Amino acid sequence: MSLMSLFRRPTRGTAVAARERLQILLAHERAGLSGPDFLPQLQREILDVIRKYVQVDDQRVQVKLDSDQNYSVLEVNIELPTVVERRAPR
Amino acid sequence: MAKVIVVTSGKGGVGKTTTSAAIATGLALRGFKTVIIDFDVGLRNVDLIMGCERRVVFDFINVINGDAKLHQALIKDKRVEALSILATSQTRDKDALTEEGVGRVIGELGPLFDYIVCDSPAGIERGAHLAMYFADEAVVVANAEVSSVRDADRMIGLLTSKSRRAELGKTMPQHLLLTRYDAERVERGEMLKVEDVQEILAVPLLGVIPECPSVLQASNIGMPVVLDDKSPAGKAYREAVCRILGEETDIVIPRAAKRGLFDRLLRRTA
Repeated sequence: MSLMSLFRRPTRGTAVAARERLQILLAHERAGLSGPDFLPQLQREILDVIRKYVQVDDQRVQVKLDSDQNYSVLEVNIELPTVVERRAPR
Repeated sequence: MAKVIVVTSGKGGVGKTTTSAAIATGLALRGFKTVIIDFDVGLRNVDLIMGCERRVVFDFINVINGDAKLHQALIKDKRVEALSILATSQTRDKDALTEEGVGRVIGELGPLFDYIVCDSPAGIERGAHLAMYFADEAVVVANAEVSSVRDADRMIGLLTSKSRRAELGKTMPQHLLLTRYDAERVERGEMLKVEDVQEILAVPLLGVIPECPSVLQASNIGMPVVLDDKSPAGKAYREAVCRILGEETDIVIPRAAKRGLFDRLLRRTA
């Protein structure tokens, strides 16, 4: 131990890592447990509809359900490719 | 009718039984007729922490099975007038607990007491489920440590969805009790802060029990730590009991003592 370390504030402790890991993990676990069963199916069907018009990647669609006490918000995030190739509707 | 309080955590070894014993004794000290029930069938320890292990003749399982009457199984505490203990079986397993049986015994205890404190076993199996199923409110015990906080979060989810109150569409009031809190380690950035744990779990804080040698000393002699007037942990438990009773008192968060350079030199080279 150097003499200087007595004067310094301690460096970033491991507790910060613990907090960050928990925040990420629990956000994930809560979403997995509380989400209704239809979300994956919904995601597939939304993707199918979008694909009729625009070419999108499976990974570029995120479906998230946030619940408050009084209401729920269904958030659908679709990342479109930079150049939207228009397709004629079938 | 008695109010049923479950003390639960998911994880083992965080201080559920110590907390159950302290809260039940604390409530009784305040004059409320209180019974503590051990739900950890096969691994009972409430009797030991309460110091009545040699007085157990009949237990919770005997009453559920109709082998004994409730008054035969209830053990009256010798120190605190209003306190009774309902020990569990050390030889049976968790399957001895049935929802119907537990509901019936709690129903019988209801008119006799003001508070029923249910000491949950670790885990999320039958014993833990039935300990919380009939509860009117919950004390979730956690340490400022990652696995304990994760398990507490899981328990909070189960209390919110799988209790009888939840099934009836009612909310389950929950409190977070942080135990074995080491302010010195928090100060050094080695342990999660109260504020961090509370923010992550988002449950109102009931209290913070400091890591304290008196807890082990009290368990050595079978005395709930809340009866130790000199113990900081005992004091923190008495304050938590005040908040269970709805008294608004400021929560004392243990802080590390300010240390001078000389002291730091001595400690850090030690």
